[in-house]
Amino acid sequence: MQRLISGIVFILLLIIGILFVIPSGESDNGKLPIFGFKDVDNKGDTIYHKIPDFSFIDQDSNIITNETFAGKAYITDFFFIHCPSICPKVKAQMMRIYDEFENNDQLLMISHSIDTRNDTVPALKAYANKLDVNTEKWRFVTGEHDLIYEMADDYFITALVDEDAPGGFDHSGTLILVDKNRHVRASANGTDPKSVDEFLVKIEKLLNEE
Amino acid sequence: MKSNSLLSDSKVKFIISAVAIIILVFQLSNCSYQPFSQGETLYEYHCANCHMPDGTGLKSLIPPLANSDWLKEHQEELPCLIRKGIKGPLTVNGKVYDTEMAGIEYLNDVQINNVINYINNAWGNEYGDSNVKVVRKALESCNSQ
Repeated sequence: MQRLISGIVFILLLIIGILFVIPSGESDNGKLPIFGFKDVDNKGDTIYHKIPDFSFIDQDSNIITNETFAGKAYITDFFFIHCPSICPKVKAQMMRIYDEFENNDQLLMISHSIDTRNDTVPALKAYANKLDVNTEKWRFVTGEHDLIYEMADDYFITALVDEDAPGGFDHSGTLILVDKNRHVRASANGTDPKSVDEFLVKIEKLLNEE
Repeated sequence: MKSNSLLSDSKVKFIISAVAIIILVFQLSNCSYQPFSQGETLYEYHCANCHMPDGTGLKSLIPPLANSDWLKEHQEELPCLIRKGIKGPLTVNGKVYDTEMAGIEYLNDVQINNVINYINNAWGNEYGDSNVKVVRKALESCNSQ
């Protein structure tokens, strides 16, 4: 009998131990984690996944590169204007982030169109106007088809051309937080307000960390 | 059951039936009247992505359905609008919206009626009840298109 009880206690302790060991989405020092595979260079320093150089065109024909976001964190997503499915819902959540951080110049926003054929510069301009946002803060960009889709990969966002998907494009409504060092630090499900609640807290945390 | 048990058979029966009645009453009170649940399900699936779950729309991009003068005043156009979509500007609560809406062709007449009843009565809207006869009549004008 005593053996049985000590056995049960052991198993319980084991379960509790495992629960503590499982990462809670935050790294040891309480900072947000850095997403992606890590590598180690010759000196033994850790190399984290980094957003590569990019160059796109925004709703006002400005060329947008990493320099546009130098020294700042930013939020990004992928969408298309004639999207019959999740895009407006995701945009409504992006709008929450915009409203919350509108006056915080440490955070910018960029939405990439994955419909590079239809979402021209004037179309993006009209879209931005309809959302009634300050486009210095939140830009809407287009670019070379393949480069846009490669960028999605670098942000760990699914984006595919698929004629079976609603509107012709298969994409996730993921929102991504990138820090000033081009590291991906947090993500959210842009179709789920609760996920975005947590995301808002993480953005705040990152901005305080920097 | 032993005779020295704290509870006699009849007491046990009484307690079980009392608990059962209490649970039943709670269950019934939970079944408060929720009209147009089919319409709500269809709305969530087909419309809420753009018009939002609370019917508020999105800025100047998507017009609201909640508290919408256009919705109230264009009841006869709703069946064809849902089936065939709409293109071109329209003014809702004094604001111009110009975003194309795709039609949802695979909703049948009954489903369209359910959606209309839901949006007419959700979020504080009181735009009246629709029925399938009215919807079928209205659809005559666009079914051949």
